[in-house]
Amino acid sequence: MSDYWSMLFVFVLATFIGLGVIRRVSRLLYTPLMSLTNAISAIAVVGSIVVVGADYPTTIRILGGVALFASMTNIVSGFLITDRMLKMFKKQ
Amino acid sequence: MTQAIGQFAAIAATALFIFALYWMNDPKSARRGVYAGVAGMTVAVLATWIQPAIVHHGWILLAIAAGFLVGVPLSRVPLTAVPQRTALSHAFGGLAAGLVGTAEYYLWLREGPEHFTIFRMSALVIEVILGFLTFTGSLMAAGKLQEVRWIPQRPVTYPGQNFVNLGVLAAAAVLGVMLVLHPTASWATTVFPIIIGLAVLFGVLLIIPIGGADMPTVISILNSYAGLAAVAMGFVLDSKLLVTAGALDGSSGLILSIIMCRAMNRSFTNVLFGAFGTVQKTKALGEQKVWKQESPEGAAQLLEQARLVVVIPGYGMAVAQAQHKVRELYDQLTKRGVTVKFAIHPVAGRMPGHMNVLLAEADIPYTALVEMDEINPEMPQCDVALVIGANDVVNPAARYAKDSPIYGMPIIAADKARTVLAIKRTKNPGVAGIDNELYVLDNTWMLFGDAKGVIGDLVKQFAGGGLH
Repeated sequence: MSDYWSMLFVFVLATFIGLGVIRRVSRLLYTPLMSLTNAISAIAVVGSIVVVGADYPTTIRILGGVALFASMTNIVSGFLITDRMLKMFKKQ
Repeated sequence: MTQAIGQFAAIAATALFIFALYWMNDPKSARRGVYAGVAGMTVAVLATWIQPAIVHHGWILLAIAAGFLVGVPLSRVPLTAVPQRTALSHAFGGLAAGLVGTAEYYLWLREGPEHFTIFRMSALVIEVILGFLTFTGSLMAAGKLQEVRWIPQRPVTYPGQNFVNLGVLAAAAVLGVMLVLHPTASWATTVFPIIIGLAVLFGVLLIIPIGGADMPTVISILNSYAGLAAVAMGFVLDSKLLVTAGALDGSSGLILSIIMCRAMNRSFTNVLFGAFGTVQKTKALGEQKVWKQESPEGAAQLLEQARLVVVIPGYGMAVAQAQHKVRELYDQLTKRGVTVKFAIHPVAGRMPGHMNVLLAEADIPYTALVEMDEINPEMPQCDVALVIGANDVVNPAARYAKDSPIYGMPIIAADKARTVLAIKRTKNPGVAGIDNELYVLDNTWMLFGDAKGVIGDLVKQFAGGGLH
């Protein structure tokens, strides 16, 4: 039972860290911010890897495989396009 | 041993993700943020992959390869298509959460009821509902932004719409609660797909009444949902790393949504259930007033004689892909000693920061981009306000017209400038379907046409020696 409390604890703390850090993000960079956080939240990939890679029934692993594909697409396109956009912000 | 590596990797990845976002506070350090994110992701993926429970490596490789195959082209889209790419990635994020939740539920059913605690089951139901509604909602948003033919661009409303929408959501919630209380009941495997179906339906219904002007807010809200779905997945899988990363994404979406709502003087509920721009009275403002049209020559002269020009870009600049021509105009004017600033309204375009990215793409230094609050006090000293395809964000009616849907929305005070030059594609009202009296003010001159073409004509006036 205490484990759930520690998970909720982590959630609350992480949200406050998130609010604190994001508030300082430059207004110029809101579009890259969104693609970056999107890539980061594709960390869901670790869940998908377990579902697709463990010794589970095939139908379940197919669900995991599609999820892994979706997360991987977000990771790849998210990081690449964020970097592509950030490269363009020049001072002079 | 591998488990300890896994735990350590999770901590390292969490720290790297927080640094990644921290470095976004300045364009100078921002690229470092991407590298930190990539490093965190790589560490987390590898540490999961080497766990002894993972035996089907071929499947993993295949899915990852497919992800690269789709992801790389998606990262190369033109920057004007970034809003729909973003919406699409929220859809993928939601889909992944929904599918993993579904897979876990059926796994637990097989492996035994000891998995079903109220806490985990609640998290799973939330994960599945949020995941699938984010999936279809974001797909709809992406379709609207991409202007897919069979998805209506204009907000679609009908009587009792909010009642229907909330009814669908409430039905999913009630079934969800039943499932949490009796996860292994004989009817549970029938109810579970119904919940998915309702969530899928709700996502579509939620976006149907949303118009283009609300897209920046809606994309931010969907961003936040995708993050929360990842958090719920973290609770289900007992992964603190997932909870943290999801919370970072969720809070980012939340902050952006709040900023977007404030910039439109509207509330979340009003955006989601208010169906902007449809309950419009067709009362024409300033009945008899007509626009005054200006020629490219005249406009170029006005610009050349100015000391301070403030460019106010909007979605029209994005649609016309005019940012590179704008850059040429910027060069011509700065060469002649004119100070050029770009006034960026928070909701200009179709997603947060849309205009900044387009202008940065055209090599306009970010030091020339100024926020609304900063530029407004300067507007009375501005000689020419050049409005490029922006409409609602410069509509003075927002200040006083109580019956206008944009009443109370903070605007860029283009009307305070000595002269206004407004480029507009057609003589129709803007995305919100509202008349704009800025266009008929005494000191306003209109330039009708595609933004790229009109600015190209202006540049020709400077470059072709018509002016010197």
